[in-house]
Amino acid sequence: MIAFALRRVIQAIGVMLAVGVIAFSMFRFAGDPVSQIVSIDTLAAERAEVRKSLGLDDPILVQFGRYFANAAQFKFGVSYQFRQPVSSLLKERMPATLELATCATIFALVFGILMGVYSALRRDSILAKLFQAVSLIGISLPTFLIGILLIYLFAVILGWLPSYGRGDVVRIGWWTTGLLTVSGLKALVMPAITLGLFQMTLIMRLVRAEMLEVLRTDYIRFARARGLTTRAIHFGHALKNTLVPVITVAGLQFGSVIAFAIITETVFQWPGMGLLFVQAIQNVDIPIMAAYLLVVSVIFVTINLIVDILYTIVDPRLRSTISRQA
Amino acid sequence: MTEPVLSVKSLRVEFATRRGVLRAIDDISFDIAKGEVLGVVGESGAGKSVTGNAVIGLIDLPGRIASGEIRLSGLRIDNLSVEELRRIRGKRIGMIFQDPLTSLNPLYKVGDQITETIRAHSDVSESAARKRAIELLAEVGIPAPEKRIDAYPHEFSGGMRQRVVIALAICADPELIIADEPTTALDVSVQAQIISLIRRLGRDHGTAVMLVTHDMGVIAETCDRVAVMYSGRIAEIGPVQDVIRNPLHPYAKGLMGAIPTLAIEAERLVQIPGSMPRLSAIPPGCAFNPRCASAFDRCRVERPEPIPCGEQRVACHLYDGEPAKKDHAA
Repeated sequence: MIAFALRRVIQAIGVMLAVGVIAFSMFRFAGDPVSQIVSIDTLAAERAEVRKSLGLDDPILVQFGRYFANAAQFKFGVSYQFRQPVSSLLKERMPATLELATCATIFALVFGILMGVYSALRRDSILAKLFQAVSLIGISLPTFLIGILLIYLFAVILGWLPSYGRGDVVRIGWWTTGLLTVSGLKALVMPAITLGLFQMTLIMRLVRAEMLEVLRTDYIRFARARGLTTRAIHFGHALKNTLVPVITVAGLQFGSVIAFAIITETVFQWPGMGLLFVQAIQNVDIPIMAAYLLVVSVIFVTINLIVDILYTIVDPRLRSTISRQA
Repeated sequence: MTEPVLSVKSLRVEFATRRGVLRAIDDISFDIAKGEVLGVVGESGAGKSVTGNAVIGLIDLPGRIASGEIRLSGLRIDNLSVEELRRIRGKRIGMIFQDPLTSLNPLYKVGDQITETIRAHSDVSESAARKRAIELLAEVGIPAPEKRIDAYPHEFSGGMRQRVVIALAICADPELIIADEPTTALDVSVQAQIISLIRRLGRDHGTAVMLVTHDMGVIAETCDRVAVMYSGRIAEIGPVQDVIRNPLHPYAKGLMGAIPTLAIEAERLVQIPGSMPRLSAIPPGCAFNPRCASAFDRCRVERPEPIPCGEQRVACHLYDGEPAKKDHAA
C-alpha cells in the first residue's frame, strides 16, 4: 500500500516536471520577456543589463533548472502588470477559487447522487423524467449562459442575490473565507450552482446508469433472495457498488471545476485565480499564466492521487491486486 | 400424510411483452415433502428457473404470477405483500444461485454478508450473529472459518464461494432450499462436493430441496423425485429411479437416452430431433408433438393433462385410459 502510494507520488513528480517544461517554454515562445518589462525607447545596453540581471543570458537548461527550483518553493517571479510577486497574488486569490470549487463540487455530488439514485429507483416516476430532462439542459447549456440567466433572474428581477463579487470576507491567517458571513454565503450561491450544474447533471446521469446496471446484477438478486430490506439492498449494497466509478469522475471533475472556474469567475467577477488568469492573458502576463498552469496541475495531480487511494478503500479487490504488485 | 413443505397448484407465470403475453409457466402442480429433494430438469427455457423464482417471489416485471397458488407448509405465499414476502425469503426459503462468482457482493466481507442476513431475520446481537456465521461457515466445510469470515468474496475459489452462498441460504434454517443450477458454473470435481453438501444439509435439517438443473447425473445421485419440464409444463414427474429406469413421456425417454453411459459403448448419443419451441410459438395440443415420434392426431389438437401412472404422473395422450397403449409405449 505504501509502495503503491510512493510510486504514484513519483509518477506525479514526473507529470509536474512535464508541466514545468510547458510553463517555462511559455516565457520563451510568447515573445521576449525583456521587451515586456522595459519601455520601447530603452537602449540596447540597458536591455542587455536587464537581461543579465534576470539571468536570461544563461543557457536554457540552467534557466529551466532555476525556474523549477524556484517554482518548487512557490516562487513564480514577479507579475508584469501588478509588479508584485506572483505567489502572493495567487495566495490572495486561491481561497476564493478553492471555496467556490469545493462548494460547487459538494453541490454537484450531493444533488447528483440523490437525483441519480432517485431516478434509478423510481425510473418511471414523473419526477425522474423531469430530472432527465433538466439534466439534458444542464449538459447542453454553456456555463456562462446559465450564469447570466441566473443573474438576470435572481439579481436583476428578484433582487435576492448579489450579481457579482464575493461579499464580505473573514480573514483567518492568510486564508480569506466568505463562508462565515451572510453576504459571503449569498454571493457564493449563484456562482457555485453555475459552476456545479454541469458536474451535477453528469454525476446524476452516471449514478442513474450505474445504479440501474448494479440493480440487475446477481448479487442484488441474491440479496433480495436473502430477504434483506429494500433499504439495505438499495443504499447498502447497490449504492456502494455504484460509487466506484462515481469517485473517478467526481475526482477528475473537481480538477475541471477549478479549470472551468475561469468562466464562472469572469461572469460573476469572482475574485479568484481564474479571474486573475483571464486578466493575465489580456495583458500577456506570462509569470501569472505559467504559475496558474503549475498550480492547477498540482491540484489535478493531487486529486488523482487521492482518487486512487479512495478506490482501494472502497473496493477490496483493488487492495489485493495492489499488494500483489508491490 | 403430513402437509408438504411446498405445494404448488396450477401455477401460471406470464410475461407481458410487446408482442403479447408469453406464458413461461403453464399450469404446473407439484409438492415437495419435508426432507425430500425434488429435481427439476429440462432444456434451457423450459421454465425451471422461472418456477424457482416464482416460489421465492422473485419474478420481476413484466413477469407475474397469473394464476394458481403456492403454499409453504400450508401458508399461501403467492399473494403476500412485499414486506411479508421479504420476511419469508431467506428465513423460510433459502435460495442458491447458479454463479457463485457473481452472487456475492464484491465490496463486503463474507462475514458481514452472513451476519447481515442473520440479523435481517432474527433479533440477535452483532457478536452472536458473528458466532453463528462462523458455525455456518464451518458447517458448509470452509476451513479456518474464524479467519475466513473476514475475507472478501474475491479471496475465495469458485467452489468455496458456492459454499459461502449455501451458508447464506441456510443461515436462518429454512424449511425449503431452492438451488438454481448450483453446480453449472463449477469444476466437475467441485460439483460433486457441492451436491453432496446440499444433500447432507437437507438430510441433517430435514429441509426440503428443489434442485433445478439440466444435469441428469446430478438428478440421479441426489434427488428423491424428479420433474421433467418442457415448454413451461411438467411432462413427467415421479420417483427418480422410476423416471430414469422407466421414463414414460416420449420427451423423458429422449432425455434419458441422451445420457452417456460408460457401460454401453454407443457410436453416437441418441438425440431428440429439433428444438424446444419458443414461448411465442408453442404449437397447439401437446407442445412436444412436432418432435415426438409417437405423436398421433389427438396430440396436435388437445393438450394432455397429467395422468397418474403408478408412482409417476405423465402428461401424454399415450397413457390416457387404455392400459394396452401403456404397454405399447413401455
